[in-house]
Amino acid sequence: MFKKIALGAAVAFGLAGGAYAAGGEAHVENFDFPFDGPFGTYDTNQLQRGLKIYTEVCSACHGLQYIALRTLSDEGGPSLPQDQMRAYAEQFEVFDPELDDFRPATPVDHFAGSALENAPDLSLMAKARAGFHGPYGLGINQFLKGMGGAEYIATLLLAYEDPPSCAPEDFEGYYNTAFTAGGYPEACKDEEGHHMYPGSWIAMAPPLYGEDVDYADGTSNDIRQEAQDVAAFLMWTAEPKLSQRKQAGFVGVMFLTILSVLLYLTNKRLWAPIKKKYKRKD
Amino acid sequence: MSGIPHDHYEPKSNGEKWLHSRLPIVGLLYDTLMIPTPKNLNWMWIWGIVLVFCLVLQIVTGVVLAMHYTPQVDLAFASVEHIMRNVNGGYMLRYMHMNGASLFFVAVYAHIFRGLYYGSYKAPREVTWIIGMLIYLLMMATGFMGYVLPWGQMSFWGATVITGLFGAIPFIGEGLQTFLLGGPAVDNATLNRFFSLHYLLPFLIAGLVIVHVWAFHSTGNNNPTGVDVRKGSKEEAEKDTLPFWPYFVIKDLFALAVILVVFFAVVGFMPNYLGHPDNYIEANALSTPAHIVPEWYFLPFYAILRAFTSEVWVVQIASFVTGGIIDAKFFGVLAMFGAIAVMALVPWLDTSSVRSGRYRPMFKMWFALLVIDFFALMWLGAMPAEEPYATFSLIASAYWFGYFLVILPLLGVIEKPDAQPATIEDDFAANVARTGSAKSAAASQPAE
Repeated sequence: MFKKIALGAAVAFGLAGGAYAAGGEAHVENFDFPFDGPFGTYDTNQLQRGLKIYTEVCSACHGLQYIALRTLSDEGGPSLPQDQMRAYAEQFEVFDPELDDFRPATPVDHFAGSALENAPDLSLMAKARAGFHGPYGLGINQFLKGMGGAEYIATLLLAYEDPPSCAPEDFEGYYNTAFTAGGYPEACKDEEGHHMYPGSWIAMAPPLYGEDVDYADGTSNDIRQEAQDVAAFLMWTAEPKLSQRKQAGFVGVMFLTILSVLLYLTNKRLWAPIKKKYKRKD
Repeated sequence: MSGIPHDHYEPKSNGEKWLHSRLPIVGLLYDTLMIPTPKNLNWMWIWGIVLVFCLVLQIVTGVVLAMHYTPQVDLAFASVEHIMRNVNGGYMLRYMHMNGASLFFVAVYAHIFRGLYYGSYKAPREVTWIIGMLIYLLMMATGFMGYVLPWGQMSFWGATVITGLFGAIPFIGEGLQTFLLGGPAVDNATLNRFFSLHYLLPFLIAGLVIVHVWAFHSTGNNNPTGVDVRKGSKEEAEKDTLPFWPYFVIKDLFALAVILVVFFAVVGFMPNYLGHPDNYIEANALSTPAHIVPEWYFLPFYAILRAFTSEVWVVQIASFVTGGIIDAKFFGVLAMFGAIAVMALVPWLDTSSVRSGRYRPMFKMWFALLVIDFFALMWLGAMPAEEPYATFSLIASAYWFGYFLVILPLLGVIEKPDAQPATIEDDFAANVARTGSAKSAAASQPAE
């Protein structure tokens, strides 16, 4: 009896976990990122391409205040060679309170904060958004596909569409089918106040159109590729220790499995003489 | 200890005798570790060890995290990112501490429901139960305050909502809330005191754990049959029991290792699964998140809190009778704390003389419903406060109170319990025979 309940409870707990499916029901595409799954790691080339997009496009408005420039050379990240990373750092000016003046950035400095007040910092954006929800708030989709922060970012960058005809011409913002937290014209709601079209109106103008940057490695610079590259880069800024973490998890799981087997055998042998006394003699 | 006759520590060498006559600490450890334990304990009796492990894990990781954390509103969020990025192994420490809290609550809920099913709260173990409930309350306070420390959006707004509950208390509420927060709103003073208390409370928990263990070592463990250990003589007691070391220590460690495999898989491969993405956005008093939800382990009680709105007739009657002193908000707060209070009072609400649910045919059904009810409340707590969830929450909350206040007292009177085994030894022998014969039956069957 109790076993059944415990089993049911275990299953139900698994379902109840991640039950925080906040937000709307906009569709987020499940991109196939190299860092997906328990053994996935970052693709260095992709992170370097993403860095290029961030530098040439996103950084005009958005900051990365928690990211130290030196980490661009870290293993498992974009892995820029030291001299390239130093050269990259020097293109930025930072204010030094000791000099009371601006100076070129050094590797120990961080990326700048956001240049626009209403442009959020992107350091942690890939962990601050969950791409996958439901069903029914149970979070099973997240269990199967991952949290989907990078997927959310890539989808959002590709989700700019022509606004539905119900919207007034001068409605503020840009219609985006993946963004649910923005403004929504009254004219596009039905009698019960439900939205008739997915998404909402975002303040950010479409940042990518395709062929926005030139890739040195010859990768196609169509908009789908660019969106995925910058999303992968932002996943790295949010979780730079992803590879090390998965490795630690793998080692932990492996050794604890061995320990479990050893303890199982120990336990069995320990109890055998006790149980033997009560074995039916048939 | 434990009233069960057994061998005690006898100092042998002169050195042992010298120490024993001055401080019998070796004897205390010996008696604690060698306590006679019912042979027939099943796998639901492993959670105690898991809980001790969690407490140690949380204190060890927490102490190291505190070396790198800064409890100041402008620096707290950045200091957590510093831990995640620059501190050696900091990302593992922090993820283990974060998910360690979840493991702690998984284990404590399993432990509590084990006690509820096998009647571990009944005489003579009422004090063990009450102390356990106090530990659970302290755990909730500690977990809640710990969640505030990273100073993310959910930290800030969770703290605002939960401390707002105290503001609902008539007359003294507002003053109390200000006292708790150290100001009119959640701010630096709140963060500072929460950090201070988050560091203190685990040590109070550790103290209560010692009293909890002392209490059930005085009465002896309950067991799946609820039948008492025979205490007539040492020989008789040894038929029903085995020493805790090594038999149960090894068994519990095996279970702990299996649980830790799952724990490390979560920490390594999906550490943010049980968290809320909004907590990776720094706290902002000017921007309220669309849905404020507490951590999963508070959801059942959060659902009860929200279930009693001003449209519910019980609330309306309470409001009318008290001349409006008990409004819907205060009623919800009372219901939430009441839901834990009825659980704490269960030793006196359950009237049945049979301890274990195994021999109570009607109780089994109602108990299964309670477990389902608990998970339903957990799900409802995460849903938005609208129909049909509001009605479901009300029904589920009503069953929670109904189980403890109506069903348990009545069952003891109307239920006809099944026959219980005469001794623990009989139950153990039956278990061994059953698993043994199941194995030989499986082996003798031809492969299909």
